[in-house]
Amino acid sequence: MAYSKKVIDHYENPRNVGSLDKSDETVGTGIVGAPACGDVMKLQIRVEEGVIKDAKFKTYGCGSAIASSSLVTEWVKGMKVDEAMKIQNAQIAEELSLPPVKIHCSVLAEDAIKAAIKDYQEKQAKAAGEEPDAPEAAR
Amino acid sequence: MSVKTPIYLDYAATCPVDPRVVEAMLPCFTDNFGNAASRTHVFGWRGEEAVDAARIEIAKTINADPKEITFTSGATESNNLAIKGIAEYLADKGRHIVTAVTEHKAVLDTCKYLERRGFEVTYLPVGADGLVDLEELKAALRDDTILVSIMFANNETGVLQPIGAIGKLCKERKILFHTDAVQAFTKVPIDVQALGIDLMSISAHKIYGPKGVGALYVRRRRPRVRLAPQIHGGGHERGNRSGTLNVPGIVGFGEAARIAREEMAAEQARIFELREHLRRRFVAEIPHSIVNGSLEHHLPGTLNISFAYVEGESLLMGLKDIAVSSGSACTSASLEPSYVLRAMGLDDELAHSSLRITVGRPTTREELDYLADRVKEQVERLREMSPLWEMVQDGVDLNSIQWTPH
Repeated sequence: MAYSKKVIDHYENPRNVGSLDKSDETVGTGIVGAPACGDVMKLQIRVEEGVIKDAKFKTYGCGSAIASSSLVTEWVKGMKVDEAMKIQNAQIAEELSLPPVKIHCSVLAEDAIKAAIKDYQEKQAKAAGEEPDAPEAAR
Repeated sequence: MSVKTPIYLDYAATCPVDPRVVEAMLPCFTDNFGNAASRTHVFGWRGEEAVDAARIEIAKTINADPKEITFTSGATESNNLAIKGIAEYLADKGRHIVTAVTEHKAVLDTCKYLERRGFEVTYLPVGADGLVDLEELKAALRDDTILVSIMFANNETGVLQPIGAIGKLCKERKILFHTDAVQAFTKVPIDVQALGIDLMSISAHKIYGPKGVGALYVRRRRPRVRLAPQIHGGGHERGNRSGTLNVPGIVGFGEAARIAREEMAAEQARIFELREHLRRRFVAEIPHSIVNGSLEHHLPGTLNISFAYVEGESLLMGLKDIAVSSGSACTSASLEPSYVLRAMGLDDELAHSSLRITVGRPTTREELDYLADRVKEQVERLREMSPLWEMVQDGVDLNSIQWTPH
């Protein structure tokens, strides 16, 4: 099977490999997939004032899975959280020219960014719930 | 020293044809092109002579009589002929067959076909070392068992089954014994008499012969094995397999067998040393490398190894100038990881992380060192990118995590 140029580029020069501090309140972490299925993606975002300032990933999986997650981190940097929520797997698959057998890689990348956003929002909600007065006091 | 790329290290899949084999084959395409079944002229006689000479070489390699060799189009056909041919011929005597879960698809799918036709098949499990348990085999044998089919060496792992012991057991119970010896033929000595083999499938292209030709050994004495032909026509090959003989292919097969037999001891010792060099480098230089299958009962040139926390296809992608194969799901059409490794109880994760490397006649130490360097480099790079590796470094037990299978 031949890989598209873009898949090879992301595989050979993955963007934003790494980790952010999981315990940081401004960081959302999404881990999707399973080792038994042959792919696990960890995608993290750091959000400031509703904008994704930084994104990092680590992926265990085939070249297309690595490329899908690398591409998503590139896309979401600088995006507003609600924009990033709208990323569809079809856009990822199209950008990377994934063959049908690799579509699940793009699905996983979409799931990963959604899971990271959800984690971030839950953290925010929890922080807001625990310290309801804090934002007021800050003003 | 630099090596010439791409490097081929997938000799269990197929081999280049040895130039000496090509040399032997060439006249059969042009001058000596006769139909070996033509009895009325010299062209036919010469064709038949060439086929007979090849038959002798192959028989000699396994201590058989030339009359016991039936030429086919390859080992898939040989396996089909052996299993369906015996099942059909002995259906009135019994309808039970015993095989193992790690057999090649040519055996497993043939058995599944027979199950749909009213036969019963027992699929023996294997241990973590890839071996079938003789006690389990013994327990599986029944009064209506007509055939045991257990491969000589596994194509993915190189694990050798206890063929002599299985042959003996089958003899005692008067059950026919077929073995798919595609991977083992000319890699380890095979004596069909000493091992008690009744039927054996072999192929030319795995021993530096041409593709499209194979053979089935069919025992003629003690006992005389009869089977129902699966391809009908002119009654070639003693009625076992009709169809005009592939004279160039058969001549090439015979020459390949002769060369491999004469050079086996020296060649396999050299190949074994090379494989061991590679294995030692992997184990010493790459932590969490796990060799799959018994090393004690093993083909000299095959190495199946998993590099934990790195997915096989992504590793292959990083070895783009090297040809090896992987048990990863992503390299198969089915999206399932290797059924052979899973049958050995390997975690799916490790099955996805496996590479199969086979050392062959042209392989050099430099090629293997190049492979080892590249694998080490890529495994390190991919582990840096692997969330699993990160978790393990942080002391997380991967089995404790609630994964989301998709």
